Amino acid sequence: MSVFIDKNTKLVIQGITGRDGSFHAKQMMEYGTQVVAGVTPGKGGQKFEGTVPIFNTVADAVKATGANTSVIYVPPPFAADAIMEAAAAGVSLVVCITEGVPVLDMTKVYPFVKERGVRLIGPNCPGLITPGEAKVGIIPGRICTPGPVGVVSRSGTLTYEVVYQLTRAGIGQTTCVGIGGDPINGTNFIDCLEAFEKDPATKAVAMMGEIGGTDEQEAAEFVKKHMKKPVVGFIAGQTAPPGRRMGHAGAIISGSAGTAAEKIDAFKAAGMGVAARPIDFVELIKARLK
Amino acid sequence: MNIHEYQAKEILRGYGVPIPPGEIATTPAEAEAIATKYGTAVMVKAQVHAGGRGKAGGVKFCKTPADAKEKATAILGMKIKDLTVEKVLVTIAADIGSEAYVGIIVDRATKKPVFMVSAAGGIDIEEVAAHTPEKILYVPVDVRYGLPTYDAMRMGFFLYEDVKLARAAAKIMQQLYAAFMAAGCSLAEINPLVVTPTGELIAVDGKMVIDDNELDRKPEIAALRDESSEEPSEVDARNANLTFIKLDGNVGCVVNGAGLAMATMDLVKYYGGEPANFLDIGGSSNPEKVVNALRIITADPNVKAILFNIFGGITRTDDVANGIVTATKANPLKVPIVIRLTGTNEELAMKILTENGFSASSDMDTAVKSAVELAKGGK
Repeated sequence: MSVFIDKNTKLVIQGITGRDGSFHAKQMMEYGTQVVAGVTPGKGGQKFEGTVPIFNTVADAVKATGANTSVIYVPPPFAADAIMEAAAAGVSLVVCITEGVPVLDMTKVYPFVKERGVRLIGPNCPGLITPGEAKVGIIPGRICTPGPVGVVSRSGTLTYEVVYQLTRAGIGQTTCVGIGGDPINGTNFIDCLEAFEKDPATKAVAMMGEIGGTDEQEAAEFVKKHMKKPVVGFIAGQTAPPGRRMGHAGAIISGSAGTAAEKIDAFKAAGMGVAARPIDFVELIKARLK
Repeated sequence: MNIHEYQAKEILRGYGVPIPPGEIATTPAEAEAIATKYGTAVMVKAQVHAGGRGKAGGVKFCKTPADAKEKATAILGMKIKDLTVEKVLVTIAADIGSEAYVGIIVDRATKKPVFMVSAAGGIDIEEVAAHTPEKILYVPVDVRYGLPTYDAMRMGFFLYEDVKLARAAAKIMQQLYAAFMAAGCSLAEINPLVVTPTGELIAVDGKMVIDDNELDRKPEIAALRDESSEEPSEVDARNANLTFIKLDGNVGCVVNGAGLAMATMDLVKYYGGEPANFLDIGGSSNPEKVVNALRIITADPNVKAILFNIFGGITRTDDVANGIVTATKANPLKVPIVIRLTGTNEELAMKILTENGFSASSDMDTAVKSAVELAKGGK
């Protein structure tokens, strides 16, 4: 079992002929993901690597192949439209890897996908992987191994670090989800925690947050009220300098919220394990799996 | 990206926001000439990317042109939060009846632009937010419909009882919203919004922060960047496509990915050291980025040891290894270097490094501990 993706995921890749898209398309296919279609406007009718049919639009791809998930590798100015195209075409999950999407674009995209009941992960995220079944995005497959831990993180390489440490210690993962670090993203910690709580194969959750915003505090509140499974958390940026805030309004909207200390306190108050270093996940998770 | 008050005011004026006339001076004589031209009392205001300019003595009221010259002499060249004042805005002083705050920001929680308005504006608005939050009205905006007049009027009446003032304020809020969207802002504010003794509304100060992701498609906004008012090493890093923040410690850090970069800084501190910087070389690597990163880090005389922490996903670790070799051949290092590499093409990277006399480990904790000790002058 897993969350969001598994061996039945049928993937369409938007931007499959681009530099990043083609590289990662091959990686995902090698991992065993069912890549059923690609989309590049103007290249409809061609084939990627001689096997994957390319379409001009996501709607065409979905109609012809039954794709249920899309992953996006298009450049930032086109990413918002690509997300809306996928949501309108009827896939149930859209994963946007693209970094540098203007946040005001996301203020339009977010209600669009929500109203259609579509799950968006990202933008500016590494995607997700269900070890041994499917990977959608760019998380290196070889650092993961199947097992009982759900992983959710705002960061890319920090996720790799923690997953690598877990795998080296013989602790496998159900699904690893990188939700992305942008101010507006489609899926937050709570969405993932809720999914892991419902997933029978997941026995514990590792969660990596960062300074800024209040997502981690809200996630801690969710853990306290709604989760029976153990959760271990980490906050990156414990030593980041204060300041660099965005004028008066930034200070007003976040109040004093957003510091590492405050987030760690929220984790403790929710009864979560707190990893001081990435390596500490290993012992804390091990103790909770017993 | 931050822009100056005078630049933000120029944009807001373009959308119809009433703003007193003003011009930029870089010398006391220019300030005097502008004040002479206006023939009335002026404000001389430091143009730096820092809050609290007034409290730092960077904003002064001047009755006469001679006074403006004297105050400009004092303000030009002064330091506010480590930033040197290179320019002042000379603007006609407004008679201030009351001060309100009007701001708009992209809010993570509602995932919308949110207006914040308060009748208790001015320099202590943060105090208002902290201690009397009921004096602030929050109004989220659905960008698909824009700011409807009824919401703008609701904010207008929150600020003023008088319907004429409420209408005038509502109009300014719609103008501010239009400017916010068009310039690609993450924040825009008018503080204070002033009612003059004759009952007119004017924006006495304006601030805008632009979303960096907008700059590629808005070259006219990108052109407003003032590099002279930023930390030189941060400008250098940005031009090399690196994300860099200078800090005060002595362990220079080069990492891929912001989360891992912060976690690396935290680990430096955990083992008793102090990071000299935050530096993210980003996702797709090329050796050139590593060369630039090393150049920027070694330019800081406080750096006593350099720590690479690279987890190769998209980033190819052999690219990073090649960058280290190229950079150190051109400019031999004067401080020790500790390298941690793992992930994509790790074996190749290790081979390149070993052949060129470097050693590297694949364990993050080992590498960080060693860098902290070396920075302290240990073995």
